Amino acid sequence: MINENVKSCLLCGVGGQGTVLASRIIAAAAMAKGLSAKTAETIGMAQRGGSVVSHVRTGYNIASPLIPKGRADILIGFEPGEAASNLEYLKSGGTLIVCSKEIRPITASLGQSGYDGNHSLEFLTNSVDRCYVMDAEHICSQCGSPKVLNVAVVGALCASNEMGITLEDAENALSMKLKPSLIEMNLKALHMGAAVIDK
Amino acid sequence: MKELLMGNEAVALGAIAAGVQVVSGYPGTPSSEVLETIAKRNPGNIHVEWSVNEKAGAEVAAGAAYAGARSLVTMKQVGLNVASDPVMCVNYVGVKGGMVVYVADDPGPISSQTEQDTRHFAKYAHIPVFDCVSPLQAFHAVQEAFDFSEKHGTPVILRSTTRVCHACEDIEIPEIKSPAPCEGFIKDSRWVIFPKLSYNAKLRIAAREPEISEEFSHFTIKNGNPSGNSIEGTGSIGIACGGVSYSYVQEAITGNEDKFTILNITTPYPFPSSLAQEFMDEVDKVIVFEELDPVIEDELIYLTGFQYSENFIRGKRSGSVITGGELDSALVGAVIEAETGIPAVINHEEYSDKPDAPVRPPVLCAGCPHRASFYAVKQAVAQLKKEGASFTDAIYCGDIGCYTLGNAAPLFTTDTCLCMGAGITVAQGLNHADGSTLNFAFTGDSTFFASGITGTVNAVYNQADMILCVLDNSTTAMTGHQPHPGMGITMMGGRTEPIDIAKVLEGIGVSSIRQVDPLDYEASVNTVKAAAYESGVRAIIFKSPCIAIVSNDGPSTVDSKRCVGCRKCIDQLGCPALIMKDGKAFIDRSLCTGCQLCAQICPVGCIRKEAAND
Repeated sequence: MINENVKSCLLCGVGGQGTVLASRIIAAAAMAKGLSAKTAETIGMAQRGGSVVSHVRTGYNIASPLIPKGRADILIGFEPGEAASNLEYLKSGGTLIVCSKEIRPITASLGQSGYDGNHSLEFLTNSVDRCYVMDAEHICSQCGSPKVLNVAVVGALCASNEMGITLEDAENALSMKLKPSLIEMNLKALHMGAAVIDK
Repeated sequence: MKELLMGNEAVALGAIAAGVQVVSGYPGTPSSEVLETIAKRNPGNIHVEWSVNEKAGAEVAAGAAYAGARSLVTMKQVGLNVASDPVMCVNYVGVKGGMVVYVADDPGPISSQTEQDTRHFAKYAHIPVFDCVSPLQAFHAVQEAFDFSEKHGTPVILRSTTRVCHACEDIEIPEIKSPAPCEGFIKDSRWVIFPKLSYNAKLRIAAREPEISEEFSHFTIKNGNPSGNSIEGTGSIGIACGGVSYSYVQEAITGNEDKFTILNITTPYPFPSSLAQEFMDEVDKVIVFEELDPVIEDELIYLTGFQYSENFIRGKRSGSVITGGELDSALVGAVIEAETGIPAVINHEEYSDKPDAPVRPPVLCAGCPHRASFYAVKQAVAQLKKEGASFTDAIYCGDIGCYTLGNAAPLFTTDTCLCMGAGITVAQGLNHADGSTLNFAFTGDSTFFASGITGTVNAVYNQADMILCVLDNSTTAMTGHQPHPGMGITMMGGRTEPIDIAKVLEGIGVSSIRQVDPLDYEASVNTVKAAAYESGVRAIIFKSPCIAIVSNDGPSTVDSKRCVGCRKCIDQLGCPALIMKDGKAFIDRSLCTGCQLCAQICPVGCIRKEAAND
């Protein structure tokens, strides 16, 4: 029932945060090692600021592209509320990497719904043993672009060792996926993300 | 007084007797006489139009039904192919006034490209279908169809075939009365098709299928002969039939009636299974007569098999698998375990103390010019109302694209959304059902080329009163910024002459065409107001590129010392870059494109572009 050769990573966040590129980088890094990869991303309407999830599965004989609840080795939350709402996907004993900055939904700004990102963060740190909180805002400002968030979380994923992908694998994948002018900034983000786990 | 009426004339008179208020369609043998007869016998206040095509006709009828009017759209079977987009979708949305889609099939074919069978389409679209035996039955069935449509809030297909459409029969003519005015359009999120709404609608449609099947097993048409779905006779040989075939069977067994039991099917979908089962239990053999495809036959074979296979084949029909939404391996595992006892459930942790998930519907991007267009229209409407304009309310008919997101708070500028191009035609249907409202239709540039041009032709030809707003952001944004005919570039990157939307509108005959930059707030409001004071079909092209395809010159910022914390920018625009922080408006630099819409509406003028050296 459980194929131990398959590693699964669920990425979740808000449309526009770059979850799709992150999942493609992880898949590319795995493929460069000779592994197979399957991914499934939210494309379309929800990309406009809605809740999005990307499933990434790497290894051998991967059956389906969708990770069942309870089967993600690692959950990456680009936003605390989104991480909390997808926590059921994480296996017990799995790793959670969550960015601390909340993105306030319009519904909350207009008073139609309540939302407190800190409340979600607190819940996550209490519920998951291996929970790493990333100050992505700091990393982005250090690197000079809000767009490097997705690469920073990939750095953390590598450092967590949950997917069997090393920082070097991710560096190679980045150099294949990105324009040369963007590489230096993204490598910095990758390493700053990794430092969140290593410290 | 009795008159010799053609089947199509009988349908027309039946529809008038049922109080039909808006009738649209596109000619096609053998369907055309329905609409022509209504036009000829029009008591005066039925809106009757030849639409530019069947799709436009179906959308006009849908709009009228949203307003509570009874509406009829007519076409032949191949016309249904053209209309399939709105017909499939309107079943998910539902209707308020009865909506009947009259489709004439053409066995032979005598005058068509194909011998396609509309009963299949009804099943595929999950739309209840009535199938008539004779002109007299059709006269009564159309009235029944309107009642049924309103009872279930669903469109109904009334299907007939050439020998019903074009056969004549002596029929008592009813008194021709004018339809009563409809209630009018009541705004509600139910009229906007959205993935979440569609999922729920699919579950509802799947759940009602067995219910309607049971209802149809006892279905009778008032004064109909035959009276609906029926079993006649007690003979040991079964004959199942539907439509005009019933009359051939009757004639062929004359003198031997005692040897036969006849099952007549007037509603092929949802199939009246329990009635059919009752019939099959009584007979030794079944012969099936129906023109076109073996629809009734397949249903009987299915029922026969289902008796033996219920424990053998497990799936949606046995209630074991979900009827809507996606599968995944957890769902599959749970069903395998439930059906076989073999452990396959994939467990996961449950968290009882989990905070509520953020409510995060998709939204228009920060800086999106659509937000500015919608806001200008709304503000113009508010000013017009203050100035004492004569309309009762403004209705915003949306379409498929990023701008469907205008449905959300605080803009609330998408009151209807059906399918590509339908905003323009639904606005016409609303207008023809209830002339008191000011109707706006919004369409994107790519959607205009894809499906909006025919609807605009329809509006001009059939003299609708509406304002068409083309939200031209110079790309196909929602799907990923693909090129379209207005852009001057092809998929392979080749240069091509861009097709000018204003010129297309001019060519169609739209007499009032304006263009404005939506990010110029005051000019936009004034443009909308000027258009509103005119009548007929008016067009406004709101032209400003999608923020994702152009670079911007940096974000705006709030001078927090001067901000009075009135929340106007946040509460009226719903821009994701604007939040409250410490009682003041605050702009998220990572999202803001510096569109300056908020700056233009700020009552204290505390929002400005960030200076280059900030």
